[in-house]
Amino acid sequence: MTCQFCDAAATVTLTEIVNKHKRVLRLCDRCAKKKKLFADAPGAASPQVDVPALLSLFGAAGPAPAAPPETAALTCPDCGLQYGEFRATGRLGCPAEYDAFRPALEPLLARIHRADAHAGKTPRAVRAARRGERLDELRRRMAAAARAEDYEEAARLRDEVRQEEAAE
Amino acid sequence: MNLDSLLPNLGEWLRGTGPESDVVVSTRIRLARNLAGFPFANRAAPAQKAETAAKARDALAKADLPYQLDYVDVPALSPLDRQFLVERQLVSRELATVLEGPRGVALDQKESVSVMVNEEDHLRLQVLRSGLALTEAWEDIDKLDDALEARLGYAFHDQFGFLTACPTNVGTGMRASVMLHLPALGLTKQIEKVFRALQKINLAVRGLHGEGSRAFGDLYQISNQVTLGKSEPKILSEIGEVIETILQYERQARNALLKERRQAEQDRVARAIGTLGSATMITSEETMELLSAVRLGIHQRLIEDLPATTVNQLFIHTQAAHLQKLMGQPLDGEERNAARAKYLKAKLRELGSARP
Repeated sequence: MTCQFCDAAATVTLTEIVNKHKRVLRLCDRCAKKKKLFADAPGAASPQVDVPALLSLFGAAGPAPAAPPETAALTCPDCGLQYGEFRATGRLGCPAEYDAFRPALEPLLARIHRADAHAGKTPRAVRAARRGERLDELRRRMAAAARAEDYEEAARLRDEVRQEEAAE
Repeated sequence: MNLDSLLPNLGEWLRGTGPESDVVVSTRIRLARNLAGFPFANRAAPAQKAETAAKARDALAKADLPYQLDYVDVPALSPLDRQFLVERQLVSRELATVLEGPRGVALDQKESVSVMVNEEDHLRLQVLRSGLALTEAWEDIDKLDDALEARLGYAFHDQFGFLTACPTNVGTGMRASVMLHLPALGLTKQIEKVFRALQKINLAVRGLHGEGSRAFGDLYQISNQVTLGKSEPKILSEIGEVIETILQYERQARNALLKERRQAEQDRVARAIGTLGSATMITSEETMELLSAVRLGIHQRLIEDLPATTVNQLFIHTQAAHLQKLMGQPLDGEERNAARAKYLKAKLRELGSARP
């Protein structure tokens, strides 16, 4: 494999998938550096993929395959940040943009992390809230089962509630 | 908190005693966290930054932890003190010199724990450990994270996990980085091969202060790139496996050096000590190169009368801000090179190891 910008051996591969269209870019080390793909901020704990450089590289490499035209116009309802500003700086303005910019962020996250969902730690407050919701739901179904005189189901749900409570 | 009280200490990461400390200098884990309901620090107005800082300070002061965290207000520090904290790996260069507005860092007495406030993210938790200690560092930072979360509402998303200002950190918000001393792989010209292999598996390699490909003093940091889609223990075990492999390569290379050219290695170490002990002008870069040779010599048992911790002390004390604090006055570049040489000469004479 050779670099698409010069003829050196390609060592960096970028894969973009937008609306099921796949595009692959291959670069050598030197071109990846020249395009500033890896930010090298002094003092940072590790090199980070430079988000604006990544976005502009794909933008420059031929016709963009149907990036939703409304993406550029996305605006955060909370802090007013526009998607274009994020493209320029690589920094989001507030937590709400993970929902507001979701259509544009998901392909970006897939490119950076090769994943689209968190698989690690969950804060205690969130775990407690989820457990609360689960308990409410179980109790609702238990009451409904009792009303319908389905005592077998109600007893099963009662055991589930007890199990859930014991886990706290 | 008077930062000068830290000066005589080595700090956790330079203790030089942890597991695998012949090769692994230190282990660092950081977690990026943000408060729900506030803009990220880069888009926050000064009043909002003051509010997130106040909330963070309150939580840091009251957190249920086995150690106390002292808060240092960064805007109130002199440029020298800020640089001092950067050299001790307790704050980033950004927090020290680039960013503006209310911000700070909370530290424990041992300099093992630090929490930056209003850096790129509202909170940047960090735990440093001497040697290779990924599991222990994770346990420490996990507890610290829980204790702060009990008093602060974190920005968390069901799909994306912990939300961060930069999408490269979202998910776990975790960056684990292991600092390695790899002089033998450098001497035997195998280091490039090792790094190419690392980049293939999504791990990043950089020098001590991130200075491009050139790593001063053969010190390298290896860290994870991916923060989304894998659990923290999974990410840590992947790094751990890679580190084990690099450790083997480095030790093999060290053994080969001893076997094939013991005399030349002995000579290199003796010359390094000779230069450190007799130069009248010396740059920080040259000091680091020479100390790297000395450190290797100690672990190769080519010198007997110099403990590894001394090398660490010389290493930290000869950096710009530390040197100026030790000398008690501001020094420009040329003056620093002279002061550094003077300090090294005095220290080595004191240790009786200045004999080449």
